[in-house]
Amino acid sequence: MLAEFLALTLPPMLIATLASLVCALPGNVLLLRRQAMLGDAMSHVVLPGIVAAFLLTGSASGPVMLGGALAAAALSALMIEAIRRTTRADPVAAMGVTFTTLFATGVLLLEVSGASAVHLDVEHALYGNLEGLIWLDGTGWAALADPAALAGLPVELPALAAALAAMALAFALIWRPLVIATFDEGFAASLGIPTRLISAGLTGLTALAAVSAFAAVGSILTIAMLICPPAAARLLTDSLPRQVVLSLVIAAASAILGTLAAGYLPPALGLGFTVSAAGSIATLSGLFLGLAATFGPRRHAPGHPAGRRSGPSV
Amino acid sequence: MTETLLQALFFQAGYNAALVSLGAALLGLAAGAVGAFTTLRRRALVSDAMAHATLPGIGLAFLAMAALGGDGRALPGLLAGAALSAALGLILLQALSSRTRLPEDAATGAILSAFYGAGIVILTVIQNVGIGRPAGLEGFLLGSTAGMLRADALLIALGGALLLGLLASLRRPLAMTAFDPVHARMMGIDTRSTDLMLLLMTLACVLLGLRVVGLILIVALLITPALAARLWSDRIGIVALLAGLIGAAAGHVGAALSLALPDLPTGPAIILLAFAAFVMSALLAPGRGLLSRLRRAHARPGV
Amino acid sequence: MAPADSATPLPEIALALSGLSVAYGGMPVVEAATARFPAGSMTAIIGPNGAGKSTLLKAALGLVPALAGEVRAFGQPVARALPRIAYVPQRAAVDWDFPARVIDVVQMGLYRQTGPLGRLTPDLRARAEQSLADLGMADFAQRQIGALSGGQQQRVFLARALAQQGDLIVLDEPFAGVDAATEAAIIAVLHGLRARGRTVIAVHHDLSTVPAYFDRVLLLNRRVIAEGPTSTTFHRDRVAEAYGNQLLTAIPA
Repeated sequence: MLAEFLALTLPPMLIATLASLVCALPGNVLLLRRQAMLGDAMSHVVLPGIVAAFLLTGSASGPVMLGGALAAAALSALMIEAIRRTTRADPVAAMGVTFTTLFATGVLLLEVSGASAVHLDVEHALYGNLEGLIWLDGTGWAALADPAALAGLPVELPALAAALAAMALAFALIWRPLVIATFDEGFAASLGIPTRLISAGLTGLTALAAVSAFAAVGSILTIAMLICPPAAARLLTDSLPRQVVLSLVIAAASAILGTLAAGYLPPALGLGFTVSAAGSIATLSGLFLGLAATFGPRRHAPGHPAGRRSGPSV
Repeated sequence: MTETLLQALFFQAGYNAALVSLGAALLGLAAGAVGAFTTLRRRALVSDAMAHATLPGIGLAFLAMAALGGDGRALPGLLAGAALSAALGLILLQALSSRTRLPEDAATGAILSAFYGAGIVILTVIQNVGIGRPAGLEGFLLGSTAGMLRADALLIALGGALLLGLLASLRRPLAMTAFDPVHARMMGIDTRSTDLMLLLMTLACVLLGLRVVGLILIVALLITPALAARLWSDRIGIVALLAGLIGAAAGHVGAALSLALPDLPTGPAIILLAFAAFVMSALLAPGRGLLSRLRRAHARPGV
Repeated sequence: MAPADSATPLPEIALALSGLSVAYGGMPVVEAATARFPAGSMTAIIGPNGAGKSTLLKAALGLVPALAGEVRAFGQPVARALPRIAYVPQRAAVDWDFPARVIDVVQMGLYRQTGPLGRLTPDLRARAEQSLADLGMADFAQRQIGALSGGQQQRVFLARALAQQGDLIVLDEPFAGVDAATEAAIIAVLHGLRARGRTVIAVHHDLSTVPAYFDRVLLLNRRVIAEGPTSTTFHRDRVAEAYGNQLLTAIPA
């Protein structure tokens, strides 16, 4: 039982938790900037980036995939801007054209080139591969202190830990100018804050979150974790630092409870199988948001009980 | 392969294949034309959420039909389930964005991802319980014309045609509501019903597109032809018509390609063709196209 | 019902508000506004920013829900009189890159005649073209609306209202951000309408032009401070009261 937990449940649970934290952190800022869609876009754009990088270099190592994904993120930013300028369309529509096109390109590249050998097929891109991230050396508590056994941990675990550390460091460094630029871009510019650089940096960090989480948990969990925990936290508090902390708590709780529910709930109901952990984590984060939207003490904007619907101008 | 493609393009690859590519063309026509209004009314993102929110309904409908001893893959049943769960998603989305302080984009992304996640959970249940033959369900993610039944193709073609008729009869209130909803109300248009009709027509496009394009990319068939068509004309009626034609061409050629190359996922093929039409428009369209702007920039110093 | 007979001796009331209150999110925006706008008059609604001017208009037309009060237009509940009312919203309220030509927008003012499917008869087409010509915009009929200047966009909006041939024309800041030529063109059209017995109500910001443009004023600061003919109502004390007793120089003492 313990060995089964250590080998089959703990690694996916830890990886899901790290991936959720990596996504929830930038999600807080995207929420305040009304750029939730950017997370959606990034999680789709990662696929063609990874596939193209693999096809060009023949390597599926972490840095190559990260480079490919960042390049694809940059390309998508250029495409969105070009489409907006040409069509003068709603930015959301420009974004929609861009990420569906790039995602479709990624899928076709995968299918046509037979790059499925990257152990990254379309199915993994959509569902993630949490269940496959197991630790065969996790035979007992002793394994946790055994370097040889620890070396057998899925490579995603240290990679995501590093990504989370990098993300936390980056946010600590740019936090103050980022908040000012998010609240009032013109004012920030008047203070000499490089607002365009800050925006590009946020896009880059979102892409980093998406690519780190993508390989392990798939596009769906990436979107859910970029949006749901920060949104739920926003309905619980008016303080930004508290919102960030709460979003991380909700993200971790969704990941831990979601992994456990996917692995243990169906057997407990007498069913002889488990269900998708990524899907159940995403569902759970949505349920947390539902709870916050029903009971959250700060679910209404002040003085506007009806919410943010277009009201009369006075 | 080339031969099969040519046959499919000219409806010569057999009766079924002809029906499939006709269905895809009518779907593209309807989605392009409806999408012109969806995009102008700024509902592109909502239609993406709607598409992803169909997945739990598809899965549950499959389980229900298989449990009742029927064919779990019967398209009308799956579409009914998809419609119900998309409607539930829309209702929750409306509640989230009107009753809480969350901005609409965050509410939309949250519904999209939570419903899609629940759908994935249900799909893994289906894979594991081993009832019926679930193989076809993945086709709803990225679209597939492989193994499409004659009745399915007919359903899609008829649905697309009906939708076009409805759109034609509502075009005036739709355009006025999209341009200036306040004035539309002053002119006696019930803008709430008009918006609801647009939402339902968009939902119908999403449902008809599930089998051929798939729920992940169907939003592109609503917006990409619309943006491409916008570059050619300043008149809403012509924009909708052109968007429909671009969607129809992408749908038809994409379906023919996937009939000729069975491994090719149909949805991505159709979406890339639509994007190719967009790129052509961005280059060639008079007025807004790149070439015509370059020519103007060149002509100016001489004038 | 027969249309209002302009020869009726009694001065008809085009629009009557009684006790109209509007709250937004629990905060009162307009409180118990009572006012009457006689047919054939031209009234400026003036007051400081946040006084509820636009909201008052929108609530009077049923475009935002009122908390309390009653609105009657031409003796009927306002909802039934809407076909006789043309409303010109603020220009910023719409997407000017919408795929429409100038004439398309003006023809939107004919929707009550055409409905969703009805044909645009030659008569109706001529009516739209004449409305555009009345504002000096006939040459712009085929232009894309995004290619217009702010003043031209405002003229198109007014042309759309003219095409409706309403008896009451309600305008929300028609002169905001428009050039002097447009302002002159618009005011000429509005005076022409008044001369033909139509009623005009406009939210207005430039206090210096009030006496020249309008024959009646309504001073608003959440409550109605005063209403009546410009000559008797538009006085320094009253306006100062509406503007929270800030110093004003443009007003006759």
